Amino acid sequence: MNVLKTARIALVALRLNALRSFLTMLGIIIGVASVIVMVSVSSGSKQAVEQAISSLGTNMLSLRPGASRFGGRHGGAGSATPFTEKDVEGLKKRFDFLEGVSGRLNANAPVIYGNQNWTTSITGIHADYIPVRQWIIEDGRNFTDREVRSGGKVAIVGQDVIENVFEGNSPLGAQIRIKNVPFKVIGTLQAKGESTFGRSQDDIIFIPISTARMRVSGRSARAVPNLVSQIYLTVDPAYDIKEAEEEIKEFLREQRKVAPGADDDFSVANFSEFIRARNETASTLGLLLAATAAIALVVGGIGIMNIMLVSVTERTREIGIRLAVGARRGDILMQFLVEAVTLCLIGSLVGVGIGLGSGALIKNLSDIPVQVNVPIIFIAIASAAFVGIFFGFYPARKASLLNPIDALRYE
Amino acid sequence: MGDMEKALISCRGLCKDYRMGVEVVHALRGVNLDIEKGEYVAVMGPSGSGKSTLMNLIGTLDVPTSGDLFVNGINLTRQDPDTLADFRNRVIGFVFQQFNLLPRTSALENVKLPLFYSRHTEVDDIGQRAMHCLERVGLADRMDHEPTQLSGGQQQRVAIARALVNNPSVILADEPTGALDTHTSLELLDLFQELNDSGITIIVVTHEKEVAEVTRRNLVFRDGEIVDDVTLGGHGVTQS
Repeated sequence: MNVLKTARIALVALRLNALRSFLTMLGIIIGVASVIVMVSVSSGSKQAVEQAISSLGTNMLSLRPGASRFGGRHGGAGSATPFTEKDVEGLKKRFDFLEGVSGRLNANAPVIYGNQNWTTSITGIHADYIPVRQWIIEDGRNFTDREVRSGGKVAIVGQDVIENVFEGNSPLGAQIRIKNVPFKVIGTLQAKGESTFGRSQDDIIFIPISTARMRVSGRSARAVPNLVSQIYLTVDPAYDIKEAEEEIKEFLREQRKVAPGADDDFSVANFSEFIRARNETASTLGLLLAATAAIALVVGGIGIMNIMLVSVTERTREIGIRLAVGARRGDILMQFLVEAVTLCLIGSLVGVGIGLGSGALIKNLSDIPVQVNVPIIFIAIASAAFVGIFFGFYPARKASLLNPIDALRYE
Repeated sequence: MGDMEKALISCRGLCKDYRMGVEVVHALRGVNLDIEKGEYVAVMGPSGSGKSTLMNLIGTLDVPTSGDLFVNGINLTRQDPDTLADFRNRVIGFVFQQFNLLPRTSALENVKLPLFYSRHTEVDDIGQRAMHCLERVGLADRMDHEPTQLSGGQQQRVAIARALVNNPSVILADEPTGALDTHTSLELLDLFQELNDSGITIIVVTHEKEVAEVTRRNLVFRDGEIVDDVTLGGHGVTQS
C-alpha cells in the first residue's frame, strides 16, 4: 500500500461524491481566491506608489524658501529671501556628498512650432536637474555647463510636447519659439507618466535656467539677480540622508543669517520620509491581510472537518468492507487524510485560478493597479495543504479505529 | 492437541458476549471446533444461535471475549490489528448476504480492492488477476458494470471474485444465498462446489436445507453451542 495507491483510492472516492466534494472545497476556494485578489490589489497599489515615489528620487532633497509648516509643504514662500545661483554654487562647493545640485525656475508659456501652438510648463534648470530628478534623455543630449551659464537658446522636450507639437515626429534640431525667442531642440525626454498627483509629468520643456531667467520668466523674476526658485539635490546613497539634511540646513541658516533659535526661513522636503510612512502603511496592510487569510483558511478547514466527519459516518459500511478485505488502520487513516488534503489542494488550485482571473478582470475593467504576488500563491497552497492535514486528522483517525464488524453492520 | 496441529482452523473454548444495555447476551458459549483444509462446512441453526458470530470470529472481524482461535497453528486472539488485517487479506475471502460491494464502483474495481491492500502482490498484475477472477465466476463481460446495474446473483458472483482475488485458503460465506432466488442460488452453489474442488476450504452459514445438502459437513448451533456435527458422504448425498 503506497501513497500513490492511497491517493488513487481517495481520488476515486472524491469523484463518487462530486457535489459534496465541491461544496466542501467551496470554503477553501473562496478563502484562497479572496486572499489572492486582496494581495494582488494591495501589492499593485503599493508598487504604483513606490514607482511614483522612486520617480521623485529616494535620495533627493528639495529646498524652497519660506517656512515649513506641514511636513515638506511650505508656507509664505513669497515673504522669504529667495535662493540664487550663489546658493547653488555654495552647496556644490561646501558638500562632497552631493551627487548633483540643480536650481529650477518655472514659467508657463506657449510654445510655437509651425502652425502649432501649445501652452506647457517651461522649466529652467541646471544640467544636473536631469539626473537629480531621474529624467532620462531618450534622444540627443543634455545641456552643457556653458549653455546653462551663458543663456543658450536650446531646449529639451517631453513626450507630451513631442506628441502635441511635433505630432510624434522627431523634434531633434527643430526650431521652436517661446515668447518670440527661437530655441533649438537638442534632446528629448523618456516618458515618466503621471505624477503622484495625477498630472502628466511629460508635458514639459527644459531650457537652461539662465535663459529662462532672461527670456521667459516675467519681470518679477528679473527683479532678483540670478534668481533660483527651488533647489533640488541628490545625496550619495552611502551617506545618511538625515544627516545630510541637517548639515544642509545648518549651512543655509548660516548663509541666510537666521538667528539662533529662530525658525528656518526655508524648507527641506525629504522624499525618503514619504517612503518610510508608506512602508509602515504597507506592513500594517500586510498584517491585516495575513489575518484575513488565516481566518479564511481556518473557516475553510472547519468546513472540511465537518464534511469529513459526515463522510466517515456515511461511509462506515465502506470502511467495514475495506477492513474486511484487509485494509490496515493506517490505510484507512491515510485514505481519509489524503481525501482531506486533496480537497484542500484542489480547492486552493481552483481558488488560485479564480483569484488570478478576478485580478486580471479588475485590472482590465478598472484603474486599480493589480500585481500578482507569486510567493502568496505558494503560501496559500501550502497553508491549504496544512489545513487539510490538521482538520482531516480527527475524522480520519475516527474512521481508522472502527471495529470491522461494527462498521460492516452499520446501517 | 494433535487435532489442533493438523487442523486449518481450531477453536478452543471460544466465547463471545455482547452487552445490550445492562443485559449480557452470550452469543457463543465455549465452542470447540476443528476444520481441516479442503473441508466444505455448512453452519446451521436458528437466528441468534451464534453461527454468524462464529464466522465473524474466524474471519477476525470481531474479537472473542475468551478462548482461542488458531489458524495454521497461529493463535489469532493474540495478534495486533495490522497482523489481523493482513490475515484477512491473505487467508480469508468473505462473501456476505448483502454482497457488500462498494457502491458506484465497477465490478472490476470491486474485485481489485483486496489487491490494493495486499503487501504480497506485485502491482503490475492487479488488473490481470482481477480480470481472471471475474472470468472464473463468469462475469468477464460485466467488468464495467456498477453494482446497481447487476442482478443479485451477479453481484454475489462479483463478491466471490473479490474473495478469490488474493488466492485465499478459506472462504467464509454468511448466508450467501439469503438474498437470491432458488435458481440463482443453485448456480452459486455450483460455483462454491467448483472452488471447493480446487482445494479452497469453504465455511457457509445458512439456514437453507438446499445449501446444507451440498456440503460435506453440517454444524448445527443452538444457544451459542454446537449441538450437532454431522459429516456426510459426498456432494449431493443426504443422510437423515
